[in-house]
Order: sequence, then structure tokens, then C-alpha cells
Amino acid sequence: MAGGGDELKLLGMFASPFALRVKLALSFKGLSFEYVEEDLRNKSELLVVANPVHRKVPVLIHNGLPVCESMVIVQYLDEAFPGAGAPFLPSDPYDRAVARFWASYIDEKLFSAWVALFAAKTEEEKAEGTKQTLAAAETLEGALRECSKGKPFFGGDAIGYVDVALGGFAAYVHAFEEVHGLRQFDAARTPLLAAWLARFVELDSAKAVMPDVGRLVERGKMMQAQAAAATAATAAAKAS
Amino acid sequence: MAGGGGELQLLGSWYSPYAIRAKIALGLKGLSYEYIEQDLSSKSELLLKSNPVHKKVPVLIHGGRPVCESLVVLEYVDEAWAGDGPPLLPADANDRATARFWTNYFDSTFFPSWRALYRSTTAEQRAEAFRNAVPQVETLERAFGECSKGKAFFGGDAVGLVDVVIGSFVLWFRVVDDVAGTNLLDQAKSPGLAAWAERFLAVDAVREAMPDAELLLEHYKEFLAKFASPAGST
Repeated sequence: MAGGGDELKLLGMFASPFALRVKLALSFKGLSFEYVEEDLRNKSELLVVANPVHRKVPVLIHNGLPVCESMVIVQYLDEAFPGAGAPFLPSDPYDRAVARFWASYIDEKLFSAWVALFAAKTEEEKAEGTKQTLAAAETLEGALRECSKGKPFFGGDAIGYVDVALGGFAAYVHAFEEVHGLRQFDAARTPLLAAWLARFVELDSAKAVMPDVGRLVERGKMMQAQAAAATAATAAAKAS
Repeated sequence: MAGGGGELQLLGSWYSPYAIRAKIALGLKGLSYEYIEQDLSSKSELLLKSNPVHKKVPVLIHGGRPVCESLVVLEYVDEAWAGDGPPLLPADANDRATARFWTNYFDSTFFPSWRALYRSTTAEQRAEAFRNAVPQVETLERAFGECSKGKAFFGGDAVGLVDVVIGSFVLWFRVVDDVAGTNLLDQAKSPGLAAWAERFLAVDAVREAMPDAELLLEHYKEFLAKFASPAGST
């Protein structure tokens, strides 16, 4: 195992897909780390000191030095632990640019579409959110086709940068389907992504760190109920 | 020349700070390229073909292959021409992570906040937007102190990734300040950034990439007129 004498601590939250990305990256690289579950309603002093700008998870603390932002951490792991398995980013600059492009797309377009759908209150908003979500999934399907070139992953034969970026959402996708009734990576519409997802969650290194989907569903339903109650309360207050 | 064979084309827009980033990086590396100005209100076939996902500038086309998204373009230029000129990113892994953190911060957090000022058409809106931007300028001032460690740029002695990402907006900051009556990088409140902005604008590759300040001001005033028009905006 690379990095003898290295202390790795990860501040995360069980439902955070961004924290899961880092857990996955550490797991795929075979790096051991201390995990600290944060209560984001009551943030620890360690989190506040390690990430004073955003106070968000994940934060990786390596020998006392913090690294923040999930994909920044993933690149950091490639660079700080060159001996720990194959790097997530390929070596060719153009291929690296393609990988970074799609990782950025996942955050800016795919995830934001899901957030919009989750936040949708009216039927109109839900329809728009659904449309955007399906469009983003279709675009990503094309990306997987191009990047994988017939191989199992965005990274080819092995897990790469985009696989980690999307993998953080693997459990979330299942939970989202149960809570909102929309299958993100439908086998009919996005066959490659559906196959990718099924394959990804079966990997030993992924299984070792994936959160319990049941727990995510419970949390999702609770948040949905809270949102509905808040909307009802606002409506009631306006009506009275 | 290093970076493999292949011609370079940059699809940009003279007023786009994101396209300016790419121009600066190419200039710092001393690379020749064909610049193709894009009309963003009537997108060219080349732009739509090269960036079908976002249909935005900048797009760097190298040997026929497009690279999109300004931050991706910057790292690509740094890596593909690693031997030309000083690197945009430092060597140490933690310092690299810090640089990437600040570029993300600027694009995801600072920019949306500043954009509210950019879009403001009334004194009230401007005052509120400016108030909201102040703590973020303070954060960037601290970032400058930490990253520069007493040297001229975020990147140290030479312009680095963070300098290019933030610096590409400096003329825009001034143009909006001009119209809004604000002073974003106030010498009194953010002396590090104020001095850094002057130094950055004086760098050759930056001077060549920046648009004419007067033209930019005109462009902004036209934008505001359209944006504020009661007949509805974009």
C-alpha cells in the first residue's frame, strides 16, 4: 500500500454523493482512512477549521492538511499517491480534457437537473425538471458510448475519473427512483448507463463503501415530507 | 513545437471573460493560433459542431479536436505544452489542490454573486448586490495572501491558473464599477487584490488578450439597456 506513514481522514456524511465519490476513490486506490461522519446541522469544529470557506463535506485531511471539493480531492489522490493503483485520469492531455469535461457536466447539468426535479412544487416545474433530467441522461449516455469505446467503464477497462464522478450518485440514483418514481438510468432510454450502473455497484471496492439504499430512501422520503409540509404551511398561512 | 502536431483555433467572443482566459493561456505559452470571433446571437456551424453540449465559447480546437469549458482548456494548454513557459499549476499536490479549489470558488461562488451586480439596473439592486459581494472579496483577499505568500501573483513569481481565472474578469469588474458607482477591488479594503489587478493587467499576454475598456463599457451599457427594457429581456 502506497503512502506508508500517511494519515488520511475523511469528513463526510452518509447521504452525500460528493463524500461518496471520495470514499470510492480511496477504496479503489486501496488507501485506508479514518472516516468521520458529520452532522451537518451541527458542524464539528474540525470541519469548520478544515473548510472555513464552504463548511461542506467532503474534506480530506492528509497529514493534517485539508483538501476540499470532491473532484479536486480525486485529482489530489492521483497526484499524491502515484503508486496506489492506476490513476483515475488518463495520461494523454486530450483524454484528460475529455474526462474533466464530462465530470464537470455531471455536476453542472445532470446533478442540477435532479436538484431542480427534487425541488419542483408545481406540475409544470416537475415536467420541466423531468425533461431536463432525461435530456442530461441522454447526453451522458452518448458520453459513455464515446469514452468507453465498447469497454465497461468511462475509463475503459478500469474505473476512471468520470466513473468516480458518476459513481458518487450510484446509491442516490436508486433512492431517487424509490422516492420520486423516476428511473434516472432507464434500460430502454439509456441502456449503456443502466448497464454501467449495475456493473458499478457490484464492484468489490464500491460495495465496501456504498451507503445503505434503504437508509437513503428513508431520508429522501423524510425530506420530501418536510418539504410538502412546509409548502402546505405556507399555503395555509397565505389562505388565512 | 511541443504539444503534438496540429493547428490551433480558438473560438471566442471579444467580451467573454471565459474566452479571454484561453487567450491569456495561449499567449503565456507563446502559441500561435487562429482566432475566430463568434457571434453568440447567431451561432456558427463550427461552434455548434465543436461544442454541441453547451454551444458556448471558448472552444480550443487542436488538430481538429475540440476542448470545451474554460477551466478544462486552461489545464489542457498547461499539460499539452508543459515544456513551454512556466507551468500554470505548481508542482506540489497540495498546492495544486488549493489552486483548483480557488478556481472552483471563483466560478461557482464568487461569479454568481458578482453577476447580481452586473445585472443590477437600479441603485437599490446595486447596493444589495455589492453588499453581498463584499464578504467574498474579503475571502479572495485572504486567498491572495495565502497563495501568493508575499509574491506578485496567486501563482507566485509567475502568473498561474488562479491569476488567469480571476484576472480574466478584472476589466469587467471595472466596467461594472464604472456604471454602478461601486469599487469592487477597493485599494483600502482589499489592498492585495487591488495591487495584484494592476500587475496582472500589465502582463504582456494579458494586455494582448483583454478587450478595449471603452468598447467593453459601451457593450455593457447596451446590455443593461436591453436587460432593463420594459418590453422584456432575454
